[in-house]
Amino acid sequence: MKLTLKVWRQRNAKVKGQFETHNIDNVSPDMSFLEMIDVLNAQIIESGGDPVAFDHDCREGICGMCSMYINGRPHGPNTGTTTCQLHMRSFKDGDTITIEPWRSVAFPVIKDLAVDRSSFDRIMSAGGFVSVNTGNARDANSLPISKEDADSAFSAAACIGCGACVAACPNGSAMLFVSAKVSQLAKLPQGQPERKSRVKNMVKQMDKEGFGFCSNHAACEVECPKSISIDNIALMNRDYLSASLASEK
Amino acid sequence: MNWFSSFITSSIGQKIIMSLTGLFLIIFLVVHLAGNFQLLSDDMGESFNVYAHFMTTNPLIKTVSYGLYFFILLHAVQGILLAYKNRKARGGARYAVVSSKNTSFASRNMALLGTLIFVFICIHMGDFWYQMKFTNNLPLKEYASIDVPVKDLYAKVSVTFDQLWFVVLYVVSMIVLALHLIHGFQSAFQTLGINHKKYTPIIKFLGVVYSVLVPIGFAIIPVYFYLFK
Amino acid sequence: MRLDSKIPEGPLSDKWTDYRSSIPLVNPANKRNLEVIVVGSGLAGASAGATLAELGYKVKVFCFQDSPRRAHSIAAQGGINAAKNYQNDGDSIYRLFYDTIKGGDYRSREANVYRLAEVSVNIIDQCVAQGVPFAREYGGLLANRSFGGVQVQRTFYAAGQTGQQLLLGAYSALQRQIGMGNVQMYARHEMLDVVLIDGKARGIIARNLINGELERHFGHAVVLCTGGYGNVFYLSTNAMGSNVTAAWKANKRGAFFANPCFTQIHPTCIPVSGEHQSKLTLMSESLRNDGRIWVPKKQKDERHPTQIPEDERDYYLERRYPAFGNLVPRDVASRAAKERCDAGYGVGATGMAVYLDYASAIIRYGKQEANKLGEYNASDQRVKELGKALVKEKYGNLFDMYEKITGDNPYEVPMRIYPAVHYTMGGLWVDYNLMTTVPGLYSLGESNFSDHGANRLGASALMQGLADGYFVIPYTIGDYLSKEIRTPSIPTDHEAFERTEKEVKERIDHLINIKGKKPVDYYHRSLGKIMWDKCGMSRNAEGLKEAIKEIQALREEFWQNVRVPGQSDEFNPELEKAGRVADFLELGELMCIDALDREESCGGHFREEHQTEDGEALRNDEDYSYVAAWENKGDGKFELHKEELAYENIKIAQRSYK
Repeated sequence: MKLTLKVWRQRNAKVKGQFETHNIDNVSPDMSFLEMIDVLNAQIIESGGDPVAFDHDCREGICGMCSMYINGRPHGPNTGTTTCQLHMRSFKDGDTITIEPWRSVAFPVIKDLAVDRSSFDRIMSAGGFVSVNTGNARDANSLPISKEDADSAFSAAACIGCGACVAACPNGSAMLFVSAKVSQLAKLPQGQPERKSRVKNMVKQMDKEGFGFCSNHAACEVECPKSISIDNIALMNRDYLSASLASEK
Repeated sequence: MNWFSSFITSSIGQKIIMSLTGLFLIIFLVVHLAGNFQLLSDDMGESFNVYAHFMTTNPLIKTVSYGLYFFILLHAVQGILLAYKNRKARGGARYAVVSSKNTSFASRNMALLGTLIFVFICIHMGDFWYQMKFTNNLPLKEYASIDVPVKDLYAKVSVTFDQLWFVVLYVVSMIVLALHLIHGFQSAFQTLGINHKKYTPIIKFLGVVYSVLVPIGFAIIPVYFYLFK
Repeated sequence: MRLDSKIPEGPLSDKWTDYRSSIPLVNPANKRNLEVIVVGSGLAGASAGATLAELGYKVKVFCFQDSPRRAHSIAAQGGINAAKNYQNDGDSIYRLFYDTIKGGDYRSREANVYRLAEVSVNIIDQCVAQGVPFAREYGGLLANRSFGGVQVQRTFYAAGQTGQQLLLGAYSALQRQIGMGNVQMYARHEMLDVVLIDGKARGIIARNLINGELERHFGHAVVLCTGGYGNVFYLSTNAMGSNVTAAWKANKRGAFFANPCFTQIHPTCIPVSGEHQSKLTLMSESLRNDGRIWVPKKQKDERHPTQIPEDERDYYLERRYPAFGNLVPRDVASRAAKERCDAGYGVGATGMAVYLDYASAIIRYGKQEANKLGEYNASDQRVKELGKALVKEKYGNLFDMYEKITGDNPYEVPMRIYPAVHYTMGGLWVDYNLMTTVPGLYSLGESNFSDHGANRLGASALMQGLADGYFVIPYTIGDYLSKEIRTPSIPTDHEAFERTEKEVKERIDHLINIKGKKPVDYYHRSLGKIMWDKCGMSRNAEGLKEAIKEIQALREEFWQNVRVPGQSDEFNPELEKAGRVADFLELGELMCIDALDREESCGGHFREEHQTEDGEALRNDEDYSYVAAWENKGDGKFELHKEELAYENIKIAQRSYK
C-alpha cells in the first residue's frame, strides 16, 4: 500500500504546531498503525530528519498509552480498538491519513503526538480508591458480591485511561473517565463507605483540571476503545446530586 | 450555603440547572400547546380569548409566568456560558479533521439551535404577549361566559398568520425546536442520573414522540390559520 | 565473595512467620526521616511504593511511562494464583509451593517459594478489599480456573484482564498516597544509574524524559521493580519500553545478575506476520483450559483446518502428555510446538504455527447450556450458538483481540499460535530480604530471580509481584533501614552524585554524537535475531559461542554507527531506545555466557546436548543445582558465583507431566 500522511508536528507545548506531509510506500495490510509509524520514522531518520514523537507502550490495547486522532476520530475508524490494535487493512491503498494529537486544554502537547495526561492521575488521587491499607483485609470470600454487580463493576473498571473520551468529546469533557471509576466502586460493597466523598472529590478535581462539561453527546462512548457505557455518567450524576444535596456534609 | 454554591457552580451542578430548567420548559410547552389548541375550536375565538384573559390576569398564573421568564433566561444564559466554557476546554488548536460519525447533528448544535429558539421566542412574544399585556392595540370583545370585556387576541393571531412569511418562520422554528428537544429531552434525564436498563429506553422513546408531536402541534396552528381562516 | 541468602533457621513452614516477628522495627518518628526510592510502578513497584508510604516512609516512585498505571503488569491476562482452596480440590500452601518448585524444574530457593505460597492468600484478600472486580460465581463467591502445570483450580481472574485489574488496584493505592503527599511520583522519568556511597545504594540518577534534564535523587534505600528483560529478543510480548537498564546499571555497580539464561517462551502467542513486526501478542494461557492444540498428521498439509478430518489431526500434547494434556507447563508446551514445526508439520503461511482449536469446546459448552435451558433436542446449529455465547463470555476479549490482529474469526476457524518470549525468570540476585549484593539496593518482582527457578508457572508472576510489594519488602526493608536511622539525608551535591551524573551525561552525549547511519531499531532487531536463533527455545554450545562473537561485533558496530536523531535536552524517544539497546547488547552476551555455562537442560533452558531419548529436558542435579550469580567485572568480563540450592523439604525428581 501507498499512503499519504499528514502528521501534526509541534516541538513543545509553548510553540505552535503545523502539519507535515509524508508519503510512505510498502505498507503491509498486516501492519499495525503504529508499525506503519515506525516505518515512517525509520524513513525520516534515514533522511536525517526528526522522527515523529508519539506515546505507545504495550501495543496490545491495554496500557492506554497510545493516543492518536486519526482522520477525525480518536484511535481511528474502528470501534472498540486502540491505535496500536488498529491494522492497516482498515485503510485503502492511496488513502490520505490525517494524524493529530489529543487536543484539550487539560492535555497539553508535549511533542508532536504525545500529550500530558497527568490530569487523569490527579483525579484518581482525589478519590479513585478504597482507603484500605495493606494488611487490613478480611477473607476475600467473606464478602459475597453478586455476579451481576461484579460483572458490571468490571465493565466500568475496564477503562484504560487513554483519554480518547476527552479527545472525542466536542466539549473536552472527562466525565466518562471519571464516572467509570466512580461507578466501579459505587457498584461494589467495598466502595460504599467513601461513596459520597469520592464522587464529590473526583468531580472537584476534574473541574479544576479544566475539562469541559458533559452535554451528553455520547461521542465518548462511541470512541472508547473499551466501549465503556455512558450509563456510568448517569450514575455519577445521580451520586453527585445525592452526595451534594442529601448528605449532611 | 457554601455547599450549595459549590454544588451549583460545579460542572455537574451547572448541567443540572440546564436539565431542570429544560424539563420545566418541556412541561410548559405542553400546557402552552393545550391552551393554544383552543384556537382551533370553532367558536370565533371565544374560548381562546377567555383563556388568554385568564392567563394574563390570574395572580397565581402571573407568579408562575415570572418563574417561566426567569427559567427561560437562566436556561439560555447558562447554556451560552456552557458553550463558551466547553469551547475553551477544547483548547486553542482545533482539530483539522472532525468526523461526524460519533455525535448527532442535534447534540453538536444545541447552542445554535437554542439561540435560534431564543430569537424566535422574542419575536413570538413581541407579536402576541407584548401586544396583549402592554398595549391597548387589541380590540375588546364581550362574551356571555365572562362578565368583563376581554382583548381579542384571536383576531391578532388570525391576522398574523395570514402572512405567508410568518407561517414559514413559525414552521421552521418548530423544526428547530424539535431538533433541540430530541437531544434535550433524554439528555435532561441522563444529567439527573435517571437511568435504568428497563426504563431508559422508554424515556428515550417518549422523548422522540414528544419532540415530534409537540412541535407539530404548534406548527399546525399557523398552517391551519393560513389555509382555512 | 560468598553469597549469603540469609534464609532464616527453623522448619520451612515457620520460617517466615518467625522471621517476620523478629525483624527489627523502625519507630514511626524515624520512618518519617527515612527516604526510599522505588523504581518502576508495576505490580511490585506500585504495591511496594503504596505500602511503604502507608508505613510512614518518605517514598519517591519513578516510572518511564506517562502514568504509573501503564506499567506492563497491566497486560497480564490470565490470572493470579493463591492457595485459598476455595474449590475444595485439595489445594494448600504446601501444594502451591510444591507445584511452583516442580514447575521451576528445581532451580528455585525453597524458603522464598514457600513464603510466596504463604502470602498468596493475603494478596487475594487485599485486592478484593481494594475493589478489584474478580470474576464470581452466581452465589457471589470468587471463581477460579485452572492453569498450566497444575491439577487444582487456584487461579483467580478478572476476564482476560487480571493484570490490569490488579495493577489498577495497586495504582489506586499508590495514587491515594500521592494525594496524601506521602509519595512523590516521577512519571516520564527513567533511572539511568544507581549512586553508591561507601558501598551502599544511596540514590539514583534519573532523566526527565520531557526535557532531558538529569536529576539526582537521594534515598536511604533503592528498590528496583523494573520488570524483566525479554525485550533483548526484540520480538517479545513485553511492552515496547520494557528494558533492562535499571537492573543492568545495578549489575555494573556490583549487584550480581542471577540465571540470566532462564527465559520463558510462552506457547500461545499470535505468530509473526512479517518483517515489520514490532512486538508479539500473547493469547492467555487460560485458553489452553478449553482449547485443543493440534497440527495435521501430514507434513505441509495445506488444506483449510476445518477441512482436515479428526483422524488426520495430531493432538500432540494430549498424545505425549496424557496426564496433563493441553495444560502442561509453558516450557514443555513451547518446545513441543517448536518440535512439530521444525519437523515440518507447522501450519500457516510461514509454517511456524500450530492450531489452537475451540470447536470441541464450543460444542461441549453448547450442550451443557442447552441442557441447562431444558433444550434437550437442540439442533447442532443451536448448540453451536449457545456454545459460542459461553466461550464469548469466558474469553471474548481475547478472541476479539485475535480477530483484530489477524483478521480471522476464531469462533469459526482455529487460531494459529506459536511460542514467543514472554517472561524472564532470571534477574538480579537477591537474598531472603530481597536485597541484592549491594547493601540498600533491593529488587522485586520480575526484576529479581528469586521464585520461579528455570520456568515460571502461569498466573504466578502477578502473585510474585504483589507478594514482594505488599507483603515482603515492607517488613524486610526494616532489617536494613533500622540500622540507617542515624544516617541523615545526604545532599545531592555529594561527590558521588556528581561523579555518577557526569558518567551518565557522557554516555548520553556519546550516543548523540555518533551520528552514524543506522537507526537504533536496526541494532535491536539484529540482536533479537541472534538471541532468538541461538539463545532461544533451544541452545547448543556451538551456537552460543557464535552468538557471543556476533553480539560483540554488533555492539562494536552499534557504538560506531548508530544514528540517534535530535538532542539530549528534549523529548527524544530515539535516545531513550538507544540507551536501552546499548544495555541489551551487553546483557545478551551475558545470557549466552550463562547458557553456555549451564551444561544441562532445565525449564526454559534447553541445551540440545542434554535431552532424553524422547526429547525431554535432561537435568543435571549433581553439578548444576545452583543459582548462577554473575558479577560484572567491567569490559565485558563476568565472574560466576554459585549459590548452592538445598532441597530439605522436597524430594528432587525428574519432572514428568506424562
